[in-house]
Amino acid sequence: MKRALGIIGIFLAIVVFSVFFAENFTTGINLMQVTNRTALYAVLALGAALVIVTGGIDLSIGSVVCLAGIMTPWLLIEHEWTPWQVIPTVLALSAFIGLCHGLLITRLRLQPFLVTLCGLLLYRGIARWMTGDQSQGFMGEYGEVRAIALAKFPIPGLEDYRLPATVIPALVLAVVIGLFLSRTVWGRWLLATGRNEAAARYSGVPTAWLVTGAYVACSLLAGFGGMLFIFDIGSAQPSDFGNFYELYAIAAAVLGGCSLRGGEASIVGVLFGVATLRVLQNTITLAGYSSQIEFAVVGGVLLLGVAADELIRRYAASRLERAGAAART
Amino acid sequence: MQAERPVLLRVCGVGRRYAGVTALAGIDADVRGSEVLAIVGENGAGKSTLLKILSGVVQPSEGALLVADAAGALEEVELDGVRGATKAGIALVHQELNLAENLDVAGSIFLGREPSRFGLLDRRRMRDDARKWLARVGLDIDPGTLCGTLPIAQRQLVEIAKALSTESRVLILDEPTSSLTARETERLLAIMDELRRAGVAVVFVSHHLDEVMHIADRVIVLRDGRKTGELARGEYERATIERLMVGRDIARGARREAGSDAAVRLECVGLTTAHRRKAPVSFRVRAGEIVGLAGLVGAGRTEVLEAIAGVTEHGGSVRLDGRKVTGGAPERVRGGIAVVPEDRARHGLFLEDSVATNMSLAWIDRTSRGRLVDRRGESGLVSRMVARMQLRPPQPSRRVQTLSGGNQQKAVIGRWLAVEPAVLLLDEPTRGVDVGARAEIHAEVRRLAEAGSAVLFASSELEEVLLLADRILVMHEGAIAGELAAHEATEVAIMHLATGGAAHAHETGTHA
Repeated sequence: MKRALGIIGIFLAIVVFSVFFAENFTTGINLMQVTNRTALYAVLALGAALVIVTGGIDLSIGSVVCLAGIMTPWLLIEHEWTPWQVIPTVLALSAFIGLCHGLLITRLRLQPFLVTLCGLLLYRGIARWMTGDQSQGFMGEYGEVRAIALAKFPIPGLEDYRLPATVIPALVLAVVIGLFLSRTVWGRWLLATGRNEAAARYSGVPTAWLVTGAYVACSLLAGFGGMLFIFDIGSAQPSDFGNFYELYAIAAAVLGGCSLRGGEASIVGVLFGVATLRVLQNTITLAGYSSQIEFAVVGGVLLLGVAADELIRRYAASRLERAGAAART
Repeated sequence: MQAERPVLLRVCGVGRRYAGVTALAGIDADVRGSEVLAIVGENGAGKSTLLKILSGVVQPSEGALLVADAAGALEEVELDGVRGATKAGIALVHQELNLAENLDVAGSIFLGREPSRFGLLDRRRMRDDARKWLARVGLDIDPGTLCGTLPIAQRQLVEIAKALSTESRVLILDEPTSSLTARETERLLAIMDELRRAGVAVVFVSHHLDEVMHIADRVIVLRDGRKTGELARGEYERATIERLMVGRDIARGARREAGSDAAVRLECVGLTTAHRRKAPVSFRVRAGEIVGLAGLVGAGRTEVLEAIAGVTEHGGSVRLDGRKVTGGAPERVRGGIAVVPEDRARHGLFLEDSVATNMSLAWIDRTSRGRLVDRRGESGLVSRMVARMQLRPPQPSRRVQTLSGGNQQKAVIGRWLAVEPAVLLLDEPTRGVDVGARAEIHAEVRRLAEAGSAVLFASSELEEVLLLADRILVMHEGAIAGELAAHEATEVAIMHLATGGAAHAHETGTHA
């Protein structure tokens, strides 16, 4: 929780800025949209956080989002599968992708960066080839399935704000993963593996399986997120759907206090990290800045965030060292 | 005699406080040319702080340092950083060797002050000069050799050559022999002696009292940040120094002979490792037995332990309570083989985590309900282990990073106390650990053995092998060169086998 305080502060500052300087920021429809987007990206960022905890990285998230998202309407409309066939198939495929990443990383000892970079190219290529690079959509059908992402629940007392349904899976996942990391044996093991893989192995922790599991979870969440995204937007182009999503997910996780060195995570922080990026993006659009500058702003904020984090860490470490030297002597 | 030796550095009432806590107080000492001065004390006694002050790494918060000028007159100086100390003729050789492994020897020696001509690196002069300094420390290697390829002992000498090359008159060595074999240590001591003859003042810290008594002209003993004694050669004996260091007499553990009827818990048959394919190793360790692996560095002790633990692949078989074990380290550790690795920072500890997290990881799944961590049970068990290992300070929430070496090692060993493993493997169980903590660690290892564990440890310190082991296996070039029972073992007998001295001993090398 302490680790999340910094990002909560940044989030509040940006919200205050948006309230004053971005017209229409506080309208119900806009807040609904921001919440919805935050929830969708949160699903991806939670997966990214699990991998980052192990000291690894997953660059293929965006491409898995694309493959899973594109396959869903493609199987439903073009191949006339039923939703009961499509959803398990797509999720199983996503998990299988993660399993391949995990095994390549733990058994063949390839670097996570390389394995998932290849994945990034591979799955997008497959998605484009499979669909003939044609846009895929639900053609106005399957409304009841798309309601998973599109439903809005009225909140008593609020007139023009209704809670997007995507918040439910995002929050459930956040709670489950948060409890997993803090309260379960496997969570402890996963954090220990990220801190010092060798020491964890010497303590009897099955590190290879835990790391593999983290990649499976990450790809599974990316696939699930991809489905939610396509349910939400209705149709998408295989050539650009999910582009850069892995970087948003990683950026949110890092902003939220996950160290790329591994072993550190704050699920609350990740949620606020995602929210910060979404509010920023929203404000840039609303305040009338050209949307092309969005990447630059996000990059700048991320850089400021991690630099501040490092400075605080160093200050804490030097205090610790002084205290430690005093204790030793 | 002493009057002839000029005082090069005088320490007057020096003290240092960190965040209000006194680390060092009221230290007076003279460092004289042509003299070897040893500083001894338990970990945490203030030795490192004193060395850091002498070498300008930290500033004293009280007292003053006086350095002799060319005429020999003492003048108060403020050493601001290592550069200031270098200018004053003081050089420090760190405990952790910090040569850049990708530089060659000459480059390392002149790192940061490379000779240049017209702004270009003058390689030839650098190499010639390097050769000169290497000769001073008796090292006959090509200055173009990469440091990373040198054995530790030679790197140590390169570091000393580097320190000398700054024209320093006071050479400070922080635990210079902690990673050297007996023979390398002897060589280093000889070099220290030569430097002494050449007028250099050598200050060194060591945990090995044998070395100290062998070479030092004077010994300063520290305890809890204060000087508890300063003894000149001839005035001291081992027991005196030990008592001054710990403030009490150190009890030696009673040696036992294991009963031959105890169950065999660990059995290695024809064990071969990737490095040592040609030398299969076979032996047994019984319940309640402590077996020591002795031998020179490179004899294959660590390889044997790593093979048993499943860290590296091996040929032959390892049996635990009669069952053959397979798989990698996690499976074997869960199966009952506990490991205390040689390099605790890299392989043993989660430095940024608390003592509690470090200790509980090995058994957290056994005390959990379902897969949920039982936090109350965890903290209770950790507190008991912290108390049993006599961790100082006894705070389970403390970051392991901030503990002294001895207490870090206690945390690693304490991890296994709650498990009561079938087999406990320890590689250098007390490296960089002070005398008091060492005795406590040995006592705990013995208690584990008495509870029925089979203990196998490797140590490059003969003293430790003789102190802890019930039975000693001496390794030479990957094979077991001989076996000694504790009562018949002497340092001479072990060294004889370890250096390949006894041909007839080889016959016992492969017995089961």
